[in-house]
Amino acid sequence: MGSLNNLTEHLETFVDVTRSPTHHAESLKAIASSLEKGVLSINQLVVEMDMYLTTTDDVVRARGILLLAEILNHLKSKPLDNAVVHSLIAFFTSKLEEWRSLRGALTGCLALLKRKGVAGVVTATDAEAVAKSMAQNVQVQSFALHDRKLCFELWECLVEQYPEAMINLGNLIVFATCEAIDGEKDPPCLMVAFHVVELLARLFPSPSGPVASEASDLFEFISCYFPLHYTHTKGDEASIPREDLSRGLSLAISSTPFFEPYAIPLLLEKLSSSLPVAKVDSLKCLKDCAVKYGVHRMKKHYEGLWSALKDALYSSPGRDLSFGPEFLTSPGFEMDEIHREAADLLQRLVKQDISFLGLVVDDIRVNMVFDTISRYSRYEEMPDTSKLEVLVVSQILSVSARASVDSCNIIFQTFFFRLMNTLGIVETTSTGDLVHKENSTVSTRLYHGGLHLCIELLTASKDLIPSSEESSSTPGSAQQSWCSIVNRFSVPLIGAFTSAVQSSNDDCSADAYLGVKGLLAMGMFRGGSSPVSRSEFEKILTTLTSIITAESAKTVKWELALKALVCMGSFIDQYRESEKAMSYMGIVVENLVSLVRSSQCSLPYPLILEATSEVCSTRPKYVEKMVQGFEEAFCSSFSDFYANGNFKSIENCSQLLECVTNKLLPRVTEIDGLEKSLVHFAISMWNEIESSFVFSYDFNGREFVEAAMKTMGQIVGVALVDSQNSIIQKAYNVISSSTLPAMESIPLTFAALEGLQRDLSTRDELTLSLFASVIIGVSPKASIPDVKPLIKLFMVSFLKGYIPAAQALGSMVNKLGTGSGGANISTDCSLEEACEIIFHESFASGNTISSDDSSKSKCGSETLLSKICLGFYGSLDLQTRAITGLAWIGKGLLMRGDGRVNEIALVLMECLKSSNSSGNAMHPSAMKHAADAFLILMSDSGECLNRKFHAVIRPLYKQRFFSITVPILESLIVNCQTPLSRTMLHVALAHVISNVPVTVILDNTKKLLPMILEGLSVLSVDAVDKETLFSLLLVLSGTLTDTKGKQSVSDNAHRIIECLVKLTAYPHLMVVRETAIQCLATLLELPHGRIYPFRREVLQAVTKALDDPKRRVREEAIKCRQAWTSITSRSTPV
Amino acid sequence: MTLGMINANPVVQARKERLARTQDQYRDDDGLDPLDIYEYVRDIRDPEHPYSLEQLSVLSEDSITLDDKLNRILITFTPTIQHCSMATIIGLCLRAKLKECLPLHYKVDIRVSPGSHADEDSVNKQLNDKERVVAALENPNLRQLVDECICSTEM
Repeated sequence: MGSLNNLTEHLETFVDVTRSPTHHAESLKAIASSLEKGVLSINQLVVEMDMYLTTTDDVVRARGILLLAEILNHLKSKPLDNAVVHSLIAFFTSKLEEWRSLRGALTGCLALLKRKGVAGVVTATDAEAVAKSMAQNVQVQSFALHDRKLCFELWECLVEQYPEAMINLGNLIVFATCEAIDGEKDPPCLMVAFHVVELLARLFPSPSGPVASEASDLFEFISCYFPLHYTHTKGDEASIPREDLSRGLSLAISSTPFFEPYAIPLLLEKLSSSLPVAKVDSLKCLKDCAVKYGVHRMKKHYEGLWSALKDALYSSPGRDLSFGPEFLTSPGFEMDEIHREAADLLQRLVKQDISFLGLVVDDIRVNMVFDTISRYSRYEEMPDTSKLEVLVVSQILSVSARASVDSCNIIFQTFFFRLMNTLGIVETTSTGDLVHKENSTVSTRLYHGGLHLCIELLTASKDLIPSSEESSSTPGSAQQSWCSIVNRFSVPLIGAFTSAVQSSNDDCSADAYLGVKGLLAMGMFRGGSSPVSRSEFEKILTTLTSIITAESAKTVKWELALKALVCMGSFIDQYRESEKAMSYMGIVVENLVSLVRSSQCSLPYPLILEATSEVCSTRPKYVEKMVQGFEEAFCSSFSDFYANGNFKSIENCSQLLECVTNKLLPRVTEIDGLEKSLVHFAISMWNEIESSFVFSYDFNGREFVEAAMKTMGQIVGVALVDSQNSIIQKAYNVISSSTLPAMESIPLTFAALEGLQRDLSTRDELTLSLFASVIIGVSPKASIPDVKPLIKLFMVSFLKGYIPAAQALGSMVNKLGTGSGGANISTDCSLEEACEIIFHESFASGNTISSDDSSKSKCGSETLLSKICLGFYGSLDLQTRAITGLAWIGKGLLMRGDGRVNEIALVLMECLKSSNSSGNAMHPSAMKHAADAFLILMSDSGECLNRKFHAVIRPLYKQRFFSITVPILESLIVNCQTPLSRTMLHVALAHVISNVPVTVILDNTKKLLPMILEGLSVLSVDAVDKETLFSLLLVLSGTLTDTKGKQSVSDNAHRIIECLVKLTAYPHLMVVRETAIQCLATLLELPHGRIYPFRREVLQAVTKALDDPKRRVREEAIKCRQAWTSITSRSTPV
Repeated sequence: MTLGMINANPVVQARKERLARTQDQYRDDDGLDPLDIYEYVRDIRDPEHPYSLEQLSVLSEDSITLDDKLNRILITFTPTIQHCSMATIIGLCLRAKLKECLPLHYKVDIRVSPGSHADEDSVNKQLNDKERVVAALENPNLRQLVDECICSTEM
């Protein structure tokens, strides 16, 4: 009984209109769920609700009925007895008569009608009764929006689910629909209404049916919405977008052929309007109609359609051909939406009925174009009207030709001969010779307009060639008559296009563009039935290749030809044209590759490389060939350099390496087999270095060494482990045969290091750098021979100032296996041992000054390396190198999460103090290096120790380092004595803070914000720290915008504003000023009371910034100033 | 009673593309130039119509001349019709907007272009009279109108 009490309570709640909607929803949910669970049956509910459903109080009754309806809406999938459904639908049907409870009645009917199969459905008879009652009693247009929408949905549901019952109603339902739609203005309702019309049309397809007889009325009611125009655009954003509604309307209009006598004239009329939207909508709708109404009905409107189409095509303004390489594969001019739709419609009409083409072929304007063409030879000379004429006609013809094979045949038969005639191109006679008319050379009659038209036609027709399987099944020669026409003209056409390209000069790109595009069009016919024979295809390739090789600079012609070749290459690859691929290989690829090899060409070397790499990347086979060519080219240039001292060769080498790095390496995953060829390339690089015993000519080849390092490192990075091993082995052999191993034997003592004054020879430097880049790139799984001597070698080298050696050492300690159970068994040295060498053993052994050997297991300040860092021994140079080296080693350890990095950090921080533990003052330069070491430790390096180079990266390593170092740095700053040391500590802190993920900062804003602000003011003193300052400022701006940092930002508002105001005048870096002003604008999000006191200060600063020498700063200042004045303007007028 | 519009049917031009400054332009010669000033004022709304001054051809790129040495700026605008009583409001808007955007050391002169207004001299005089400008902007109604016009929402 308790449930019943509850029920009454819920009922009362729902019926009471003074309660909030959430209460209503809750009680509805409660009742529905108890029905769902079976605690309550529908019958019980109805009995219980009796009073609410029949009371004379209109409001309560309406709510009661609505409640019942909503409950049924929730129970759509619950099986109900058919009798129950019947009595319920009868009840709701009867309530349709009563306008007060209409909402409930509609919702109820809809809920019951939408029930699916098993759950108990409404019978057809009942549905018919609903429809009748709707038609007789419901005046749709007198209700509010929501009720109207329900009405339309009810109609939609009835027509969709009970077609037989509705057919019985016949005229009645069509009338009712007309009446319901009449005057409707809301998009959501219209969307449904249009669908109802569409469904009705489907329901009554017979010519004697009610839709056919009422077509004119029905059409009148929907056509008045065309073209759709929204008067209220704002605030209605949640409702139906215009495009959807317009699509719905178009479907309704095209729903039945009976609308044809009314629709087509209307659409043609709207097409002639000046409103672009009306044009686009009409064209779209006409396309739908053409499909649905059928050829027979459309036929009588052809004349009108054709003239309207022409108008639409001619009227869209602002079109002009552009001759850039980027337009080589597109029509060459911009099309607006009207134009696109018109072209679509034309194609649709021609495709559907070939007789439409008759209008096109006989059109005077289309035929006139041939006179226009022959009047002007150059495109620039044409007046705008003629240009338009040529462009539009060529589009009309190409679109029609594209529609079907038949249309293409007709167009070619009608126009192509005339076109050729105008251009003075004569077909090949049976013997294959050209017949020249009256000695006129072809080149004199290269009309640009004609060429354009010709190209468009050829491009359109090439899509009609069936793929090879299809063509073999339907060998209809008549079908392919256009093909034979093209075939007859192919030789002279190619000749004409070639001469167009060749006659072009630099100031006129039209010739080159049209010529190349023409050749491209001729070269892109696919399959065995292509109208262009293989020898002609080869001729095209030869011409294009010769354009590339003959130029001496990067001209438009050159770019066009290259683009065309790339297009053809990828076309061949796409359609697997094996014969053409062979021609391509023989003519294009081999030619270019041999140019790379010989480098004896007027074309600058970088351009040869560019062309070769672009062309060859179209097919894996070509790539293989190219890498081979590159390899040979590298070897010959390099040996040419060291044997003959040819500096040009070494320059070529670096360019070649750059090309490999930038063009080939990024595509290694796309192209099969590229990895293998590149590894081979790397090994031949080593071979070449091995065989060059002595450089007879010294050179200042920084550029070459860098390029070589980059290429080598990246090749190793992408190579598989086995290939890496072979490269390492090769490199190790070269290294061990060089003079470098001598360095290993130098005892790592202070005195010995001091003695190393001699610089490395050029060759040794190259070998060392390349070897370092190999080590940097290898994966942890690769095996490195003789690690211990190598570590010593790198130690010595980095102390002599070779940074790559330090990076390689960092990579080594990052990737070495730990102890005996490490991941890496193949190397002979564990991480422990490596650290031992670096930090202790050999250093300490020769160390006479400090004989303290007790701290064997540490790598802290007791080691020699640390002592050099702290300036106990040696020169300043040695000290700074040691600091940088230590940083790279530390980075390697840090990334793998090794604890030793903490001690390294402590040493570095010791260097930042003004004086070390024994009282010696630190040199400013050493301090600077120590501060920058934190940047090395924290930042992501592109040169080594990243994912590309297989670094071991432990998650959250930056966070860990941050939490260790920041507290120490903070306390050091607090206790710091000299301003220099203070600045340096702040630089270090800024490096740590600005490289850690921003979430970490946000979690500690409260603690960090004062430090950041102090850092900003300290760093703003010296111009040297401008970049650091900027990255720190970015961190600050990150905290300003985030909700997490809001509280502490608000607390520190005065200090932040003070600091930012100062930075708006920072003279050394524009972005700092810009960001500071942006930050000031962001601060306006803080509570008004917090910032209001500072308005004067800020406005003053920003007003000064209005006069900034940099435009971007001024723009920001204006925005910021407007924002800040807006919080004050109400009280003080400007 | 609502008064009729001064110019009920103005000719409206399409909005021009924003001038995209390339990075190069940002780098070299970054001083204030007439185009900058044009950028500031082009979006001021006409007091009568929901169009910008640029759309109504009241202003164009050529209407602004700048003398950097003397720190002087001259803006010449063309009212849509000869007897436009809105000319002074437009001038006031220009002045108010530029006051927001320019540093203080520039002297701004605002004129209607010669022959474009029936009462050219008096309008010019009124627009360049400091006291009258300040007085006009103290009038709350005028101030509100001007603020609405210059509050460019970056259409």
